[in-house]
This record gives sequence, C-alpha cells and structure tokens, in this order.
Amino acid sequence: MRLALQRDLVCEQAVELVTDYLDGALSRRQRRRFEAHIRACPNCSAYLEQIQAVIATSGSITPDDLTPQARDDLTAFYRQWRGEQPMDEGPDDR
Amino acid sequence: MTFSATSVVADPRPSIRRVETDAELLEHLRAGDEGAFAYLVDRYQQPMLRFAYSLVSNRAVAEEAVQDTWIGVVRGVERFEGRSSFKTWLFRILANRARSAGAGEHRHVPVEPGRAVDSGLFDNTGSWRTPVEPWGDEADARLDAAKLAPFLRAALDDLPERQRQVVLLRDVEGLSSDDVCDVLKISAGNQRLLLHRGRNRLREALLPAMEED
Repeated sequence: MRLALQRDLVCEQAVELVTDYLDGALSRRQRRRFEAHIRACPNCSAYLEQIQAVIATSGSITPDDLTPQARDDLTAFYRQWRGEQPMDEGPDDR
Repeated sequence: MTFSATSVVADPRPSIRRVETDAELLEHLRAGDEGAFAYLVDRYQQPMLRFAYSLVSNRAVAEEAVQDTWIGVVRGVERFEGRSSFKTWLFRILANRARSAGAGEHRHVPVEPGRAVDSGLFDNTGSWRTPVEPWGDEADARLDAAKLAPFLRAALDDLPERQRQVVLLRDVEGLSSDDVCDVLKISAGNQRLLLHRGRNRLREALLPAMEED
C-alpha cells in the first residue's frame, strides 16, 4: 500500500472525480476520500452542487416545438412507407 | 414482455403530451395506426435532429439520417422486442445511420487525456484560487432550471461534438450510462470523461447568468 493513496485529495483532483462519483464509478476508497474532501471544502461542495444544477437543467429543457408542417411532412412519408398512398408524390425515400 | 417505457426514464417534459407511453404507442404503430406515428414524431423528431447534428456536421446529411431512422422504425417495429427502451433503440438506429452516412468524417479518434477543469483556476497547492460561489439553495433549484434553460441550450450547441453527444443522451434525454456507451460505441470510462468535460463547460457557460443576481 502506497502512502500517497492515503493523502487527502486536493481541490484540483476532487473536481475531476465529480461525474465518476455521481455515476457510482469510484472505488469505495476513492469515494470515501472524495466525500471527506467535499465535507471539508465549501468550494468543491459548491462545485458539486453546480454540476448537479447543470444536470437538472439539462434534464428539464424541452424540445423546440415541431412545426405542424414538419409533422405533416413526416406523416405523409409514413403513408408512403406503408404503401397506403400512391407513390407519385413526395420525395423519393431511397 | 417487459418493456421499459419512457416514464421510467427521468424526463420531465411538460410540453410533450404524455397521454401514452412509448410502449403503448408502439403497440398502435404495429397495428398500423398513423396517429401513433404522429405522436412519436412529436416526441422525438427534435431530440433526434439535435443529436443528429452532433453526429454529422452537414445538416442535410443529418436530417436525412433522421428520416432514414423513422423509416427504420416503421419497418423494424415488428422486430423490436423491447430489450432496450424505445428511445435507446431509436438513438441507436440514428447513430448507425449517421455513422454510415458520414463515414468519412467519423474516424475513430481517441479521447485525449487531460483535465476537465482548467488548471489555471487552482493555485500551486491544488486549491481554488477564488472561492466557488454557491448558485442557490435547494428551494431555488426549480426556478434556476427554468431561468437557465435558454443559456443552457446555447451552451449545448457550442460543446465539442463528442461531449455534446454524450451530454445530450445522458443528461438531456436521460439514457443510462450503459445505453449511451452502446449507442455511441465508446467505453464507460471515455463516456464519463466526455460527460464530465461537457458538464464542466456548461457550468462555465452558466456562470455569468448565475452571477447576475
């Protein structure tokens, strides 16, 4: 066992582990060191919260609304793909 | 058949009609229901386009890959067994189509090693040079998400494409880590590396907006 592994993490190292931590990809030992650092460091604790806010915001963005025209176009394609409509209209799908 | 519908995936999107799960819509689609197709298009056309633009730089090629994906869905719906979610299946087809369409531009470039967070932000002991200001307490989180969304959209478009692909699938679309690796054909380690770089860039892009008030 190397002594270096026992040292506390510094901020520069801790911030790189945030996504691994949130994904449960750290070993038990790494996780303990990470959590100990976060508890003791208000800056890295704020960083972790900011990343969590980024994740929450990403999950909350709604897709731009589809124009009715785009939907109609695709539905027309659908009829064509299913062969329920004569093939004389609309772009070729091949 | 066990089927993980989109409701299982964390995906709170008020603008999308949630009348039926993907699994239910697929049942209708199998029966040849055009309305079910229109619902799926409503739900996934824009997310697919956004993902396609991150996969191929030529917009026309990206749009064609999306259209080919819908054809693949209509033709393949009978064979879809629900081992993955519909959404994962959809993005996997799209990634494959985009890969073959943009074969030239999609050589396998290794993910370069390096840090996500700029080392200039730390002093020579590895501590932050300037304090990291908290963005707000738990109660503000929802409000912040609404306020930040427009900034985030713009920042997403500016991400390097591989980071954008991973962030879109993981954080925007809510796919699992395994599914993202499957769709993008990357290792779990590289996926987390790209994801963290992307998240960190988004964080940096949001800093000015958060420091306004």
